[in-house]
Amino acid sequence: MSTHSASSHGTHYYVPRPSHYPVTLSGALFLLALGFVLRINGFAPGPWFMLAGAALILYVLFGWFGAIIGESVTRAYGRWEDQSFRHGMVWFIASEVAFFAAFFGALFYVRVISVPDLLNLLPNHGWTLYPDYQGLSWPQSGAGPKAMAFTPMGAWGIPALNTALLLSSGATVTWAHWGLLKNNRFQLNLGLFLTVVLGFTFLGFQAWEYHHAYAELGLTLGAGVYGATFFMLTGFHGFHVTLGAIMLTVILLRCLKGHFDADNHFAFEGVAWYWHFVDVVWLLLFVFVYWL
Amino acid sequence: MNTATTTANGHAPHGEHHPAGLLRWLTTTNHKDIGTMYLTFALVMFFVGGAMILAVRAELFQPGMQLMQPEFFNQLIGVHALVMIFAALMPAATGFANWQIPLMIGAPDMALPRLNNWGFWLLPPAALLLTMPFVLALFGIGDGAIATGWTFYAPLSVQGGIGVDFAIFAVHILGISSILGSINIIVTIFNMRAPGMTMMKLPLFCWGWLITAFLLIATIPVLAGAVTMLLTDRHFGTHFFTAAGGGDPILFQHLFWFFGHPEVYILLLPVWGLMPHVLATFSRKPVYGYKAQVYGFVAIGILSVVVWAHHFFTAGLPVPALLYFMYSTMSISLPLAVLFFCWIATMWRGAMSFETPMLFATGFIVLFGIAGLTGLVLADVAADAQYHHSYFVVAHFHYALFAGGIMGVMTGVYYWLPKWTGRMYSETLGKWHFWLTVLSFNLTFMPQFFLGLAGMPRRIPDYALQFAEFNAISTVGAFILGISQLLFAWNIVQCVCGRGAPAESRAWEGAEGLEWELSSPPPHHSWEIQPRVK
Repeated sequence: MSTHSASSHGTHYYVPRPSHYPVTLSGALFLLALGFVLRINGFAPGPWFMLAGAALILYVLFGWFGAIIGESVTRAYGRWEDQSFRHGMVWFIASEVAFFAAFFGALFYVRVISVPDLLNLLPNHGWTLYPDYQGLSWPQSGAGPKAMAFTPMGAWGIPALNTALLLSSGATVTWAHWGLLKNNRFQLNLGLFLTVVLGFTFLGFQAWEYHHAYAELGLTLGAGVYGATFFMLTGFHGFHVTLGAIMLTVILLRCLKGHFDADNHFAFEGVAWYWHFVDVVWLLLFVFVYWL
Repeated sequence: MNTATTTANGHAPHGEHHPAGLLRWLTTTNHKDIGTMYLTFALVMFFVGGAMILAVRAELFQPGMQLMQPEFFNQLIGVHALVMIFAALMPAATGFANWQIPLMIGAPDMALPRLNNWGFWLLPPAALLLTMPFVLALFGIGDGAIATGWTFYAPLSVQGGIGVDFAIFAVHILGISSILGSINIIVTIFNMRAPGMTMMKLPLFCWGWLITAFLLIATIPVLAGAVTMLLTDRHFGTHFFTAAGGGDPILFQHLFWFFGHPEVYILLLPVWGLMPHVLATFSRKPVYGYKAQVYGFVAIGILSVVVWAHHFFTAGLPVPALLYFMYSTMSISLPLAVLFFCWIATMWRGAMSFETPMLFATGFIVLFGIAGLTGLVLADVAADAQYHHSYFVVAHFHYALFAGGIMGVMTGVYYWLPKWTGRMYSETLGKWHFWLTVLSFNLTFMPQFFLGLAGMPRRIPDYALQFAEFNAISTVGAFILGISQLLFAWNIVQCVCGRGAPAESRAWEGAEGLEWELSSPPPHHSWEIQPRVK
């Protein structure tokens, strides 16, 4: 699979100096997880652990990425290292695909297998789990004691608009990349700026949609399995868009400082790939969560 | 390359200053240091997980409740499994990968060294999260560790105590660690091979790990998703696994075993990768069927992600699904039989000698064969209705994961210890360790097949009088097995402390491969100038 193994690089590979950031980040995650567990189980010190963990994570993000950017700017990396980063980003995105696959898998399972099975109990076997279960189909929240009345989210309002926004942002980030390759800094910066604006606008609409769902539609996390799959899928996607938009902002700031050129811009491309990935996830969401 | 001294700091090509003492280990970016940390952690957790299960075996020595409450018994069983899988076996395999892959493919280090360090240092916090609820319970916080068994099945896990939350986050952090390690290994193998080393010249150990890494990237995130849904079902009002809200508890089993079955191969593929090296070395013959083994790894990797539901045949799946999962599961025995054939053919008419690694390798083949054959029995839908959730299953997967996984790891440790430490271990102690391990292992687990066939359910702290004799035998075996492992630890510590005869570069007469061209131990930075492979 690799055609780059030996021929295209120099003889020396950059091995970074010892660094305290990884172990600090692990400690920070420990504090965050510990605090969260204590918090959701009602123990008072929980939020303080979480706060300490989050602060440490921020410190490490600035420090670790700062170190990497420094190494990139001072040309510690050559083509060989660049290939490693590219391979690494591809497989990281592959793991993200698997993460979303779990939630899509849950959605397909309940829609195609478990909910129709429960509905078929009455005609085929003459009994049902709960008296009201018959006659319901997707979207539904079950009919047992946990059922709640809600209105499902339609596809052709905000979600369709958001689809247009994200697709456009995929185009603008590619346009920015073309600018970088031609060494047209204005096109690069403008394209990135538009991408960031589109990304944050998407998030704004998404927040508004959530508010609408909770305040007017009765659609909540607890609205049965529809609410669970709806909010977990769109929520994790929104979280990834947030991360992507922050990363794009960092890349924009770096571009404004004059970083990157046509030959050396792994960070730009890595973030662009990530952005396209969240774009594709959204398309699947639009089709399977909102539309069909 | 052999000019460098064994003291790490003597060899500092970039004028680097390596911190000493604890700080060296906390901050290191060196694949050998990180490999050592993984292996040390795995050994320590092996004893932690072992102590837990010895307490369980002590309770099961006689019928009736003697030593503990049933709740505590359940906690020990679940945490034993999680510790052994995630904190002993997987880190040991990753330690092998860290030490060996760069040496074997002629790379100056792993491709992403800082990430490598992070991958290791996520493990101790995760192990702490997993075991902490035991301690917190002593202070009146919560009701102890996760008590659902390692499988987290809903709805039991939805109703469980604070230990479930701790385990969920421990699994999240362990998962991040596994994914980072996998990315690093894939990138290293694709991008760091010495000039001339094509993929079909890649050592089989690296091939085994490559497939493992793909499996981890495909399945660990699904486990993360599953336990996230569990967390929101527990605390944030979702109904993924509640039928009353339109969800389904069986959904959890699908998600869990989509990870859980490939996990078996994740634990075994690194071992299958190292076996041919050891067998070829001590048979003084080339590896038989290199290509067949590579294709076997790939085939097993692909099949492993499409067979998951054989873990819950009795949950009420429709008949077509049962048939599909039965036949697909049984088809895994075909590529696996190819591997067995290649292992035996590698030894066939060789000039064999039986040093400790070879003893463990041959013991592995026999005992892991029993695991495979009993697995075929369990894969049979009709038969499984009888064996499901019985001690037959427990015996089966301990033949797979102790005899297959842990004895495989011991094979690797004895084989490479001279390379890593520069010292030969005590062959006498090694042989004692092997024979005690094999005999007591069978003493422990062979009776469990009979217990299962007679109908004893797993995960139950008390049992009917008819099961008393086999349980007593099993407990005696388990304690001998546990205590014998002290020989293993002692043998390793001796080498690490520099006792024992010095090891040559090619520590074993018949050993082939780039790693044997470096000194024993290799310099702190090796292959900074890549060798050329013909």
